Amino acid sequence: MAEITYREAIKQALREEMQRDERVFLLGEDIGKFGGTNKVTLGLYEEFGARRVRSTPISEAAIIGATVGAAATGLIPVAEIMYNDFITIAMDQMVNQAAKMRYMFGAKLSLPMTVRIPLGGRRSAAAQHSQCLESWFVHVPGLKVVIPSNPYDAKGLVKSAIRDPNPVIVFENKMLYNTKGEVPEEPYLIPLGKAKVVREGTDVTVVATSDMVAFALKAAETLAAEGTSAEVIDPRSLVPLDIEAIVNSVKKTGRLVVAHEACVTGGVGAEIAAQVGYKAFDYLNAPIERVGAKDSPIPFSPVLEKYILPNDGDIVEAVRRTMM
Amino acid sequence: MAMDRSTQLWLYEMMFRIRRFEEWVIDLFARGKIPGFLHSYLGEESVATGACAHLRKDDYIISTHRGHGHILAKGARTDLAMAELFGKRTGYCNGKGGSMHIADPDIGILGANGIVGAGIVIANGAGLSAQYRGTDQVCVCFFGDGASNQGTFHEGLNLASVWKLPVVFVCENNAYAMSTQPREGLSVQDVSVRAAAYGIPGVTVNGNDVLAVYEAAGVAIENARAGKGPALVEAKTYRIRGHYEGDPQTYRTREEVDEWRTRCPILCYRASLLESGVSEDELKSIDARVEAELLEAVEFADKSPLPDVSEARHGIFTEVAEVA
Repeated sequence: MAEITYREAIKQALREEMQRDERVFLLGEDIGKFGGTNKVTLGLYEEFGARRVRSTPISEAAIIGATVGAAATGLIPVAEIMYNDFITIAMDQMVNQAAKMRYMFGAKLSLPMTVRIPLGGRRSAAAQHSQCLESWFVHVPGLKVVIPSNPYDAKGLVKSAIRDPNPVIVFENKMLYNTKGEVPEEPYLIPLGKAKVVREGTDVTVVATSDMVAFALKAAETLAAEGTSAEVIDPRSLVPLDIEAIVNSVKKTGRLVVAHEACVTGGVGAEIAAQVGYKAFDYLNAPIERVGAKDSPIPFSPVLEKYILPNDGDIVEAVRRTMM
Repeated sequence: MAMDRSTQLWLYEMMFRIRRFEEWVIDLFARGKIPGFLHSYLGEESVATGACAHLRKDDYIISTHRGHGHILAKGARTDLAMAELFGKRTGYCNGKGGSMHIADPDIGILGANGIVGAGIVIANGAGLSAQYRGTDQVCVCFFGDGASNQGTFHEGLNLASVWKLPVVFVCENNAYAMSTQPREGLSVQDVSVRAAAYGIPGVTVNGNDVLAVYEAAGVAIENARAGKGPALVEAKTYRIRGHYEGDPQTYRTREEVDEWRTRCPILCYRASLLESGVSEDELKSIDARVEAELLEAVEFADKSPLPDVSEARHGIFTEVAEVA
């Protein structure tokens, strides 16, 4: 099996789906010859041409609007938004249009569309290029939300997102693009709504998303040295959410720590904590801990950003609190 | 533009159908049969009718919150539309959408829209889809003078021009954006001049003259169909009713409204038809047919069952299994 980057894995998914289905096409800012800001689509323009790899003006509302309209009329668009922060310009199209058209039109149409968006900080990109806004979309019925943490999952999840007959947002992570992992060259799918137990353990369940999965695994090593066995679960998609897998793990371990890079207040961790608190109340031996960014805009200076964003140390401390 | 007799009469019948539909729903709303908001198209029938007269079943339209006229002119059934306004299960959207969200993708109606200007960018997606699939379908996008101040108007017209999409933007300048007049809210008094900024043709016509709309929209639609790109047609008309039923209309005088009533598009067109040799009897038989149709539509809506709450959450997502 070839070891390739997260970026390459996503590109493979796009290429395979474009080869498989003529209706699939890409649109987004600078995604053509330039290959996109994060170079995910680099080379696809040469392979598929300007008709199917479409660079757009800097017009996020127009990008998502065209995506919605094309999906409603027989195509399978895959849009790229350059930074998570920029989707704010297209929120009407995401929230009032894409999420609701099928429902409010009496289920008379489907919107098979995917929107790829990189999120996350740790690059000194400051407050308008570093956010993690995935929980906004989890709150809107009608949207699916996918958040791959490694190359293998990225390929299988992006392919499933493209084949899904609903609007799916794939939150990629800027810090993961260069990370490598084993990815089969042949096509495979990972269904949305299936969590993965990344590391088995018995004392505490750590649910982590995106690049916090790697931090959670690092934390688990530290904790193992202290005699604490952490089970790490990556939900992989937030809508649909595999809450059963998480609840089953908590029933085994009796403790839960939820970790994401998004700020703690109103984050997905709150939803997971609430559901586990309800469904596994009698199994909990400690209050549920949440790990995330300190509630703040993301600062520019590396020393400040590092302080604001969560890491493996924060997970270790949270786990220790649950063990007290 | 030469017009055969059946088209002449079709224009009359459609305007009359829309008028009577609106008069019925205004009355039914006042009597409490129709819940929610109601934005009446009364007095603007000539715009939807003149534009949609050129459209095929497989062409697309995007409508607005003031959309009853657009959908009827594109071929929507009065009974299913009426039932939707009543909130009944038999309505176009099974009672999920109501007045602001009627859609019928089977005949190219991609939905009325409750967000001012949102449809402009979605229309591009439909146009792109037609272009991508190599058909000669077009999309006619209706919106108001108020919508031309939204960012989506500017993003949308720019992208349509850059990609030479088969989209005709029909601006219904009905003299009021809710309570705000063009002289208060528009940087230009003719919205059509904004077309120059996007390098596309723009024209302003008397929107109360169905033949003028027919002529201008016809040229634009023919060009779009021939792959010559988008155009902006501004139809200047007048919103006879308030922004919504119940609007106190403190922003205008009764005299102003009465003056516009004398320019009623249907009365004017009727007079010109009689002058051109169409008999009074012929028009009366059309009137009678439409009256009977609407009576049946109201009866259908009134007698139809309400939706069951067990269906309230149906249709949010398309089941993944539904699609192979």
